[in-house]
Amino acid sequence: MSETPVKIVVDLSKPKGQRESIIELTSAELTEREEMRIESEASQAAQDKSEKATAAKKLSGRNKLLALGLTEAEVTALVG
Amino acid sequence: MTMTLIETITVGSGGAASIEFTGIPQDGKDLQVLVSARNTSTSTIFRFTLNNDTASNYTPLFLRGNGSTASSSVFAPLNNPFALEQTIDSYTANTFANGNLYVSNYASSVSKSISGDSVSENNATAAFQLLNTTQYSGTSPITSMQLFQTSGLFAEHSTASLYSIS
Repeated sequence: MSETPVKIVVDLSKPKGQRESIIELTSAELTEREEMRIESEASQAAQDKSEKATAAKKLSGRNKLLALGLTEAEVTALVG
Repeated sequence: MTMTLIETITVGSGGAASIEFTGIPQDGKDLQVLVSARNTSTSTIFRFTLNNDTASNYTPLFLRGNGSTASSSVFAPLNNPFALEQTIDSYTANTFANGNLYVSNYASSVSKSISGDSVSENNATAAFQLLNTTQYSGTSPITSMQLFQTSGLFAEHSTASLYSIS
């Protein structure tokens, strides 16, 4: 197994059976991949934060409805 | 409508950081990629670019469920837009996500609309479902598509099949 990650390049201008090449990433590609990893982790973290905020709001709203005297069944019927 | 398989690629032992289709024939109307994917690390989504364009020309939005909550997001233009969900290394062994990425009017000289839907697989609560769209502002006809991992690799036995829709 190669230590350097590889890419599979499929050249569709070639006849079937001759299209696939497996090529090690260049140092420039490895650098770009690292930059994209950092960016994608940041966007993923933002997404995770958004999902947690949504879940927290949902729970808070549910608790407020229960505090108003609605039953669990009624709250579930209203908001799922 | 005719759906024609152009090529199927299966990742071999050792995995691959990316799968790149080049020299895409220009005789179709739309492109569709069907993917079965697993990541060797913790990245739940793999990414894509078109024509090797790594500028921030992709504006994605998505609707996503994670097994317990749903969320939606609109993003500022990115250089590495979301493609599809994939299972990750900690998920149930030998399971793969599946999904489809659709590129409309790929041979045209206007900006392109891309849509995707995908699900990951896991014998646990946490498993993702994703509906996503991306507006790509590039106007050149699409001659290549790159599916890539920003961390980890496409695991062995992951597959990507490129179809032409005409």
